[in-house]
Amino acid sequence: MNEPLIEVTDLTIGYADAVLQQDASFTVYRGDIFAILGGSGCGKSTLLRHLVGLERPFAGHVNVVGVGAPNLDVGRPPYGVMFQSGALFGSMTVGENVALSLEEWTDLPHDAVEAVVWGKLRLVGLEGASGKFPAELSGGMKKRAAIARALALEPELIFLDEPSAGLDPVSAVELDDLILTMNKGLGLTVVVVTHELESIFRIANRCIMLDKESKSIIATGDPRTLRDTSDDPRVHGFFNRLAKEA
Amino acid sequence: MAPTTQGKHQRLLTLSPRRPSRIELVAPVAAAPVLKLEGTLVFADAAPLWTRLQKRVETVPPGETLNFDMSSVESVDGGTMALLVHLRNDLKLRGVPSDFVGARGKVEEIVRLYHGHEAPLRRQRRKPKSGFDQIGEATVGFLGAVKEILGFFGDMILALVGLLREPRTANWKEIPHIMERTGADAVPIVILINFLVGFVMAFQGAGQLRQFGANIFVADLVGVSVTRELGPLMTAIIVCGRSGAAFAAELGTMKVSEEIDALRTMGFGPMRYLVLPRALAVMVVLPMLTLLADLVGMTGGLVVGVISLDLTIGSYLNETLKAVTLWGVFSGVVKSVVFALAISLISCQQGFATSGGAEGVGRRTTSSVVSILFALILIDAAFTVVFYFFHL
Repeated sequence: MNEPLIEVTDLTIGYADAVLQQDASFTVYRGDIFAILGGSGCGKSTLLRHLVGLERPFAGHVNVVGVGAPNLDVGRPPYGVMFQSGALFGSMTVGENVALSLEEWTDLPHDAVEAVVWGKLRLVGLEGASGKFPAELSGGMKKRAAIARALALEPELIFLDEPSAGLDPVSAVELDDLILTMNKGLGLTVVVVTHELESIFRIANRCIMLDKESKSIIATGDPRTLRDTSDDPRVHGFFNRLAKEA
Repeated sequence: MAPTTQGKHQRLLTLSPRRPSRIELVAPVAAAPVLKLEGTLVFADAAPLWTRLQKRVETVPPGETLNFDMSSVESVDGGTMALLVHLRNDLKLRGVPSDFVGARGKVEEIVRLYHGHEAPLRRQRRKPKSGFDQIGEATVGFLGAVKEILGFFGDMILALVGLLREPRTANWKEIPHIMERTGADAVPIVILINFLVGFVMAFQGAGQLRQFGANIFVADLVGVSVTRELGPLMTAIIVCGRSGAAFAAELGTMKVSEEIDALRTMGFGPMRYLVLPRALAVMVVLPMLTLLADLVGMTGGLVVGVISLDLTIGSYLNETLKAVTLWGVFSGVVKSVVFALAISLISCQQGFATSGGAEGVGRRTTSSVVSILFALILIDAAFTVVFYFFHL
């Protein structure tokens, strides 16, 4: 525990000329379920895209320990990513989606790939959906399939963008359970963007809260502690659902 | 109780009768006039209320205060409150000091909710753009689009170089499938359209050539124009409409549904994985379709020659062989390779530049077809000029 895995230093991010966050610095430790919180438009998903290397920052840097700055153009990616929509490839079956990385980045024979795919789908409770196309799945199933795909290459770190968004409460709880299983059972470090309070308190052990107005991180720590002890009205408002945009 | 309709106007029936709304302009002797609102203000009555309010306030001169007395309002809904706040803001901006006074309980809450207690924000009116502005913006937009396409072309070249260094990293298995969709599936429409092009051209030419007893030269006219110009161009236009639009829509949909981002996070370069297979497939099949188009275009001319101009098949073919040179056919094939590059480059670039959901996909698909057609004509003109000056 307390071994740094991602170190973010003085990161300034945004789109075109619009700065969303300035000089953000924080550390994600190995074994964390680390939540990135904040109201709409504060730059949570944009920060995630910078952490995985989909965008380049205006200033500052991200260091994934053992990998360096995230660079998606150099070989096998060291982490998995689940996008908000799932982003499954619509022309492939669920099994083919999961198998894609395995076929590209490993020398496993076909039957071994099949076995790994089945194992991953079993882990997320979708073992019967391997031959289905994404269009035939419910919202929750799509997200679980996307997690299976993100786990295909056994990453130590996984990024989840709004995993519970658009899900019914039962599916959302099931997904939280899956995240906890991945963290406790597989030892996976999870970075999750969310604003679902129930989910935050249930799964996250550390968080940062982004603020749209000040374009900065206004709180860092255990979400339960922040809820109970923070004097900052913005933090208090977010955790007590008083903030207008939360 | 369920709402019922009475004639043309819908009325909400309520369980308890509501007190009707009333507006009165009260002007006490020693104080500023007050607009006194009474009763229950509901959105169903908004239209007549709005008209009455406008009439009451339009004569108030700047400098004179006119407050909205809400003390006798029993309830007000959101829509009506929005209208009242709008009216008060207009008054303030006209120089008439105005506030909501006397609101209590729920009414006060809704006044606050609709920002009735805050200073009005001056709404920015959009100035219409002048003709020069519009021309300037269009020019900058066009140059920006050209820059983006050239940048994309550069990325494509880099990806191609990388692919040549590491052929294993290419998405080879996708190429036959794309070739089938772009080439084999387009064969019927290519045959039909190019046959009719040759057919129509022969008919039009025959009318003129018959006057000079030069029927046989229909074969020259059709053969040269089809192989050098119309075969490659018509085929490219067909492929643009079928495959260019499909590429832009496919990649655009992948972009907006984050599939391209997902590919990148899984270590697949989208350029190598998505763009190069499409570009290579089109560059292989378009020349083949062009040769087919040449053949059926000339067949269209032959049918007209035999049926309508009393030419024999042998004489028509002999004349065609004399008129059509190997270079003539080859120059059309060369053009078609460049056309294929333009089609794949522009359609993929437009797909990658898509944003904004389903509407964005539609916009980019349209834009890709228009841009490709423009590029095809431009490239064709450039080839014609170059061939002319070099006597090719």
